[in-house]
Amino acid sequence: MTEQLDAGLVARQIAESGRLGAPDGGHEVGRARRRKEDARLITGRTTWTDNIQLPGMLYVAFLRSPMAHARITRVDVSAARAQPGVVAAYSGRDVAGEQGSLPCAWPVSEDVVIPDHPPMAVDEVRYVGEAVACVVATDRYRAADALESIEVDYEPLEAVLDMTEALAEGGPKVHETGNQAFTWKFSGGDIEAAFRDAPVVIDRTYVQQRLIPTAMEPRAVVATTDGGAFTLYSATQIPHVLRVMLALTTGIPEHRLRVIAPDVGGGFGSKLQVTAEEVLCLLLTRRLGKPVKWTESRSEGNMTVHHGRDQIQRISVAADRDGRIRGVRVDLLADMGAYLMLVTPGIPILGAFMYNGIYKMDAYDFTCTGVFTTKMPTDAYRGAGRPEATFAIERAVDELAHELNLDPIEVRRRNWITHQEFPYTTIAGLTYDSGNYEAATDRALALFGYDKLRAEQADRRDRRDPVQLGIGVSTYTEMCGLAPSRVLGSLSYGAGGWEHATVRMLPTGKVEVVTGTSPHGQGHETAWSQIVADALGVPFDDVSVLHGDTAIAPRGMDTYGSRSLVVGGVAVLRACEKVRDKARNLAAHLLEAAPGDIEFAAGEFRVRGTSEGRTIQELALAAFAAHDLPEGFEPRLDADATFDPENFSFPHGTHLCAVEVDTETGAVRIRSYVAVDDVGSVVNPLIVEGQVHGGIAQGIAQALFEEAVYDTEGNLLTTTMADYLIPSAADLPEFVTDRTETPATSNPLGVKGVGEAGTIASTPAVVNAIVDALRPYGVRDVAMPCTPERIWRALGGDGAAAGWAGPTEPEGGAR
Amino acid sequence: MPRITVTVDGIRYEEEVEPRLLLVHLLRDRLGKTGTPVGCDTGNCGACTVMLDGRSAKSCSVLAVQADECDVVTIEGLGRDGELHPMQEAFRTEHALQCGYCTPGMVMAAIDLLRDDPDPSEEAIRQGLEGNLCRCTGYCNIVRAVRRGAQEMSGEEVRTS
Repeated sequence: MTEQLDAGLVARQIAESGRLGAPDGGHEVGRARRRKEDARLITGRTTWTDNIQLPGMLYVAFLRSPMAHARITRVDVSAARAQPGVVAAYSGRDVAGEQGSLPCAWPVSEDVVIPDHPPMAVDEVRYVGEAVACVVATDRYRAADALESIEVDYEPLEAVLDMTEALAEGGPKVHETGNQAFTWKFSGGDIEAAFRDAPVVIDRTYVQQRLIPTAMEPRAVVATTDGGAFTLYSATQIPHVLRVMLALTTGIPEHRLRVIAPDVGGGFGSKLQVTAEEVLCLLLTRRLGKPVKWTESRSEGNMTVHHGRDQIQRISVAADRDGRIRGVRVDLLADMGAYLMLVTPGIPILGAFMYNGIYKMDAYDFTCTGVFTTKMPTDAYRGAGRPEATFAIERAVDELAHELNLDPIEVRRRNWITHQEFPYTTIAGLTYDSGNYEAATDRALALFGYDKLRAEQADRRDRRDPVQLGIGVSTYTEMCGLAPSRVLGSLSYGAGGWEHATVRMLPTGKVEVVTGTSPHGQGHETAWSQIVADALGVPFDDVSVLHGDTAIAPRGMDTYGSRSLVVGGVAVLRACEKVRDKARNLAAHLLEAAPGDIEFAAGEFRVRGTSEGRTIQELALAAFAAHDLPEGFEPRLDADATFDPENFSFPHGTHLCAVEVDTETGAVRIRSYVAVDDVGSVVNPLIVEGQVHGGIAQGIAQALFEEAVYDTEGNLLTTTMADYLIPSAADLPEFVTDRTETPATSNPLGVKGVGEAGTIASTPAVVNAIVDALRPYGVRDVAMPCTPERIWRALGGDGAAAGWAGPTEPEGGAR
Repeated sequence: MPRITVTVDGIRYEEEVEPRLLLVHLLRDRLGKTGTPVGCDTGNCGACTVMLDGRSAKSCSVLAVQADECDVVTIEGLGRDGELHPMQEAFRTEHALQCGYCTPGMVMAAIDLLRDDPDPSEEAIRQGLEGNLCRCTGYCNIVRAVRRGAQEMSGEEVRTS
């Protein structure tokens, strides 16, 4: 099936060719530019929110509920107020009249229930960690000390922790309206016909465990006011969305509120939120007239940064004997936690269009029920709905392959959309514009040495080697570039999905770019500079990118959903094109030629067929001087552009994982990992590779290490980094990455987005590999995270179940 | 309140500190050395790693009073005469950072790692940096950067990893 290659050698060759960058004088787009951002980040001159010190600043600390569910019968903050250094202390009731309700911007269905969500609990707490009171003091130690003097009486209520039990009649309710947050249905084709008389039906239930996003920078907020206007600094991904939502929530007029996202240390969706602490810090600075700062501790953050995933997925696949998929049915339970936060209910819906994956089929049916529990609310976490969907379909397709005694690659080949079939409208109604699944898969197989590893696997099985080898396949796609505004409207989302940019030539010929995206590690300053350098023919170093401050970049939709390049990068390009058009008119005027006779290349506008020209820098100065401008030409060389995509973008790829599983201890070692991704055209291969690496690591982490665990009382047990295991360098292997490239046809850059690809692809690759290793023992699933203990139990190490069952026996899903 | 004398990035400070004050808060809140961030409260993440008398230490796990009479070097004091330290340069060259929050601590830990093992293998680097967590990079480029930094610091010709 594959050409045998030395994967290590190939990886090194790719690494070298990709890392050296293009020769000087080449195009900027496509070049492995080192990042502009790094100068401050590697020298400690960064402005994290917690670094900000303002005169007279006060420090806020929150007292948080130790109960998962309880009525608050009394809060007494008076003793805290008497503590040294304490300026104020408030209960939820003290701010009840002005704190409003935290917003949910995605009422997904007619039946959605959006409960009131006070930033500080007033009458009832519904998860451990919910804020019940706060202290404002002269330093952070005194604020923390004073929390101990606050008295709160709780009347315990029953915790609601299990989604299935929560939906049963007569149990305890999270909210008076009940525990069902919404139902959402979607279908295409005749699902009954697809399943009727299907020769093979694979029916599985998978659990997407609850995850804690764990950006390295804990959340922090600084709020200040001059009495009329307010400034909020926050470690946020969404300064623009935040400004609108805070204005609506607090009643502070939008034009009096400036939101700044300074340097932000990672987000992964966790900082795509309007948080209680942001609202309360604004209220506190309004009350006290002093700047206030709040910075969470990690253990506070693990409890109260929104969590991710937490779904129970029942997936059924109907297929013919030759492996052709007839239809897919999905019934999803999604844990909302205690409240609906900014886009909580929309997360599983983002996955609704992805359970069909890269496959053709006759019918698809999706049902989702959102469930309230007494846990921290869930919301966006890297991939947001799409990793869950990809996991389910890619796991199920491997099960189908096993059922039919087919190679998992072969089953995929029989079902995937071939490269000649693009654009292809899927059974879920999305039109995939471009892709080449065959090319990415062939490349991945070659880099991986697939046949050789399969031979080794057979050998180990023959020998009953206690260390078994497993091979996992994941051929994913995702919908990225969130999002066409009209589609968001049809899905009841509260805003659009456009992005904005301004490009302005300064008198000295330098360029300022204002972007509505809000990077927090993605390198937009570098990548946007590359786009502008090519579009305007200016040096890379002459471009500066401004972002993350609503007073400087007033319009934007911010950064999430692999949207920034696909939407925001295109907006930058569009603005450059407008600047170029203006410059062409000015050049034509100055050169006394018709605009149509002006050619533009390498930063210079020339009269066709002559050596007469003006550089764009000369034109910038001429526009500034305004001595001789065409009629009606305003004395500036700048432009705004807003881009609203017509379609999503659809990165895809093939990830292959080989694991060694020690059947005596349950330990898993990732032996090799190959990722071949097609993210369309590439602006900066260095940044793309970095995004892929990090994404893979997070997906592996879900497969092997991470889980937010609540006990039977609803206490979070994984509050620290000692309990919630994000992987270290020692836990992960080197990744072999490569790319194939089919440009997106939906945008002029041909780009598809890369922020989430690795995370979406890697989780099923790893779990498929583990299950593949253990199939001879009759194991057909291991719940995530696949810890040694779970694997050991699945193997019957605890005295139950499994023994050697033979290498290729199907488990009997066939009819 | 105890009075301590501590040298930070070449400058000598005399400070009165509460006995419970953490070194990292002395650095950040009192001395303005905000280049060293805090990532957790259990000593797991290593973002706050500094050099304490020449060896790496997690400054969230050291009391300021324990640093009395000590020499502290933070990421801000690492470069000399406007030049980057070779390890800082290696992190940039190998794109070993994205959000950059873990980077100060990671760079410090990497430099300390090389003191014990000037030419570490990939495996040794991965084990040696176990106490410093990064959420962005998946560590591949950090490993490459430390290899490059090691070669630069040993004066060898730099090979691409």
